[in-house]
Amino acid sequence: MSRGYDVVIIGAGSIGIPAGWAMGRAGLKVLVIDRFASFGQGSNKSAIGGIRATHSDPAKIRLGMRSLEIVSTWEETHGHNIEWVKGGYSFVAYRKEEEDTLKALLVTQHAYGLNIDWYGKEELLEIIPSLNPDGLIGGTFSPDDGHCSPLLLSYAMYDEAVKGGVEFRFREKVIGIDAPEGRIRAVRTDKGRYEAKIVLNAAGGWANEVGNLLGIEHPVNPESHEGGITEPVARFLSPMVVDIRPAPGSANYYFFQHRTGQIVFCITPDPPIPGFDRRETSAFLPMVSRRMVDLMPKLINLRVRRTWRGLYPMSPDGSPLVGWSREVEGYLLAIGMCGQGFMLGPGLGELLARMVTRNELSSEDREILDILSPYRPFKKEEALK
Amino acid sequence: MSRIEKHPILRVERKEPFQFTFAGRPLTAYPGETIAAALFASGIRIFGHHPKDDSPQGLFCANGQCAQCMVIADGVPVKSCMTPVKPGMRVEPLDGLPELPDVKEPPPLHQIETIEVPVLILGGGPAGLSAAIELGKRGIRALIVDDKDRLGGKLVLQTHKFFGSHSAVYAGTRGIDIAAKLEEEVRGYPTNEVWLNSTGLAVFSDRKVGILKDGVEYVLVEPEVLLVATGARERSLVFRGNTLPGVYGAGAFQTLVNRDLVKAADRLFIVGGGNVGLIAGYHALQAGIEVAGLVEALPECGGYKVHRDKLARMGVPIYTSHTIISANGRDQVESVTIAEVDERFRPIPGTEKSFACDTVLIAVGLEPVNEFYEKAVEFGFTVFSAGDAEEIAEASAAIFTGKIKGVEIARALGAEDEEVPAEWARTAEILKSRPGKVYPEEIPKEESGVFPVFHCQQEIPCNPCSAVCPLGLIRIDPADIRKRPEYIAAEVGKSCIGCANCVAICPGLAITLVDYRADPEFPTVTLAYEFAAETISVGDRVAVLATGGEPLGTVEVIGRRPNPMNPGTILVMLKAPKSYAKRIAGIRVQSPEVGDPLPEPVKRLTDDTIVCRCERVTAGEIRELIRAGYRDINAIKAITRAGMGACGGKTCTSLIHRIFREEGVPPSEVEGPVKRPLYIEVPFRAFAGAKEDGDE
Repeated sequence: MSRGYDVVIIGAGSIGIPAGWAMGRAGLKVLVIDRFASFGQGSNKSAIGGIRATHSDPAKIRLGMRSLEIVSTWEETHGHNIEWVKGGYSFVAYRKEEEDTLKALLVTQHAYGLNIDWYGKEELLEIIPSLNPDGLIGGTFSPDDGHCSPLLLSYAMYDEAVKGGVEFRFREKVIGIDAPEGRIRAVRTDKGRYEAKIVLNAAGGWANEVGNLLGIEHPVNPESHEGGITEPVARFLSPMVVDIRPAPGSANYYFFQHRTGQIVFCITPDPPIPGFDRRETSAFLPMVSRRMVDLMPKLINLRVRRTWRGLYPMSPDGSPLVGWSREVEGYLLAIGMCGQGFMLGPGLGELLARMVTRNELSSEDREILDILSPYRPFKKEEALK
Repeated sequence: MSRIEKHPILRVERKEPFQFTFAGRPLTAYPGETIAAALFASGIRIFGHHPKDDSPQGLFCANGQCAQCMVIADGVPVKSCMTPVKPGMRVEPLDGLPELPDVKEPPPLHQIETIEVPVLILGGGPAGLSAAIELGKRGIRALIVDDKDRLGGKLVLQTHKFFGSHSAVYAGTRGIDIAAKLEEEVRGYPTNEVWLNSTGLAVFSDRKVGILKDGVEYVLVEPEVLLVATGARERSLVFRGNTLPGVYGAGAFQTLVNRDLVKAADRLFIVGGGNVGLIAGYHALQAGIEVAGLVEALPECGGYKVHRDKLARMGVPIYTSHTIISANGRDQVESVTIAEVDERFRPIPGTEKSFACDTVLIAVGLEPVNEFYEKAVEFGFTVFSAGDAEEIAEASAAIFTGKIKGVEIARALGAEDEEVPAEWARTAEILKSRPGKVYPEEIPKEESGVFPVFHCQQEIPCNPCSAVCPLGLIRIDPADIRKRPEYIAAEVGKSCIGCANCVAICPGLAITLVDYRADPEFPTVTLAYEFAAETISVGDRVAVLATGGEPLGTVEVIGRRPNPMNPGTILVMLKAPKSYAKRIAGIRVQSPEVGDPLPEPVKRLTDDTIVCRCERVTAGEIRELIRAGYRDINAIKAITRAGMGACGGKTCTSLIHRIFREEGVPPSEVEGPVKRPLYIEVPFRAFAGAKEDGDE
């Protein structure tokens, strides 16, 4: 049996699965390795499921738009029910500060052709009737964004990848990458050695550990966020609701109602909680619940079912690091997704496949790669991370 | 189905009834009843329909753990098994997903309180209470948290007398009375604080335990030592029709019958011949419910032989080496189909039999509720577990291991210097032991005077008979109470006085007294009877049976008397021919035709063998993924949603493992599901710090 591959992908998660799928479709011989027992068991399954193009930088806007295309047409194209809902995103404002921030962003967003607008209080209440009207100024609404089940989307893409000949090896930990003379030659795991000239680092929160195998430091450090899900109730909420007001212990929080009725929610701790600790804490539920019932009082009667904690692989400026390594030939990076791997993954997977097949990249691709270059100077954080 | 009006053991007291409505239909309820109990008492068992496949939904756990029994009460979706019914309440079935009621503005929110305690005990059952008593003796503050409205755990559902050691664990006393004794002792120590109606929700990595206090207030408790005494949950089983309303666990059944005093079935069929199933059958008969039969896959029942024999003598057919094939009926159980199994437990075609029944009780074993303990260990708590949460055994063992853990906790806190005595460990081991060797029955040779006959053929940890004989004529090896009783009148040099204390106290109802003094040809046989007093009168002719249920004949009742030490137990005197007087062990209480099979076996055509009841995932779906190579239960969850419903995999996880085994996958290849909080669903209002109920 030949052990040679065109590409070995490290990580069967938010990036590794779509990248493997896209590369397999491009006719490449691909192996995806993950140390967990099946697909998406790192941080991918911790994603809550929102997918949007309404970012504030052109790279993520374009990748998000492509992701939305793939996801919104998935069922008719491939047949899997991924529970997609084109429910939109709404960033709400109860204070002048947020109103100003959101309105300022609209300029960039409109420049890239995004379907997003500002809605005053009464108009927004028509879209989201259950919002607390008290103090509401208004908010943005982008109807083309949406949400789906991360579990089902990852399974669907994994299933398509496997059907397309992509190999997956689970419960294998990468312990070395052979790169004599600065060129990728093979990946070694605790179970075997797999030859390939290209290695894609899609290891999410563990990306720097993979880089260290080549003696390279990647400025990616995980932070943990907690999320939760409720019991299902009849649909009453379409968009993902995002509140970016700061509060003691937290920055923004967001939630949406899944197609099957559950509310899925998440909060960004402030100050951040760095590290790999994915164990649940007592702080999360009281912190997020207060804010949610204040924003949407009818949630008080909704039962919380489960909570979890996942890793946001943070880059220094809040944007992903995507591109070829300058140190080692054949070493491709798609890391530092900052908690947006799930929504960027489908679009990014195709871009990575184009990079690997050495196809002519479009000017848009080149612009994306320029913005997300791992070697860019890191400045300020993106406004809507 | 109706309410129980008379019970041989339990007092039936009801306050003034009131009206409520279900789907607009006026129904009667009594104060203190749950919505589920009141609906059952009115014969309603279908509480709604599942959003996924419209299958009928009803009561399953009766314990707040799942969401099968959800209804809409006054506009708010609630778990009917945990919600008290109120006068005028408008209850609607939950068909599909509930509408979340509108709320104008959020209620006042409070900060979530964190309370520090030396010892937090999760679970106020036999283990937790026994530990609290040891802590109380040493003046150590302990907070006992229990989700029910009274202490005692499952003891409060146990109307039968307990096995075990008379001196160490109250053997010979009814479970309900043991609960009362333990509670009294616990509450006697001012250092013990008890939170009832309070549920442990999660154990967190910052060493706090989330508790829903009194059903509404979320509190974080930070203990120095945590004791997990959360008991057990029942295993489920996969077969066609296994989620029809009317199929549920023995625990739920005992809750309805012995706590709620609802005659939850007219006729039931039991799956599983362990102690839980055998005892549930006995409880059913006591409540006036017919038992059409009991099926056990193994060649012998796994429970105590005395329990098995007692049930057989009441007239319940026991089918060993048989399994359940299906529960049948369109919307609820109407019959059950069983079949004989071969040595590899595969049903033998052509051996199917069906029985009319409205309820199928699943009693196929227990597993520890250990998620709190496992998380606490992972998070570095100082943590102990006791009772069934540690290891499945009888309640008597839980009482004793709880006591041991109490002392160990005191030692961990530096409040006790003495080590746990070595003999305690041995007693615990004996109490935990499985039913032992079965000996052939030895019928005494004498045919004069008066003496006890022991219909007790198996080594089990039990000694009350030896403790109550005023003359010390019954010996059970004090060093090992698993040994069988011996009648040692000759050795002692005294004669039995016929007080019948041994007859009255025997938890297995396995001792009779045979008295030849009045009439040597027709000796008087005294036996214990635990059914309603009205059901037996002097002059009645009753069918009597030998130890294992073998019919002997029909004899006359010549007397009956209560035994003051054992309320609820009636001593019945029979006039029996001497040819079989000593072999009589019991009176048939159920007529034989109850156990008759239907003329033709019923075949259930729908393939609704459900593994995950919350998400309606079938065994076929799971099997297909396993055959496709999936080995990670987390992936099976992701693809099918099995384990992601309200109960959080409490029911289906062990079933999925079982399907892996059936498919020949070694357990080492199977990745278990990640367990996450919460262990029970709780509304946002609690986490947000809203203390008051309502605003709807």
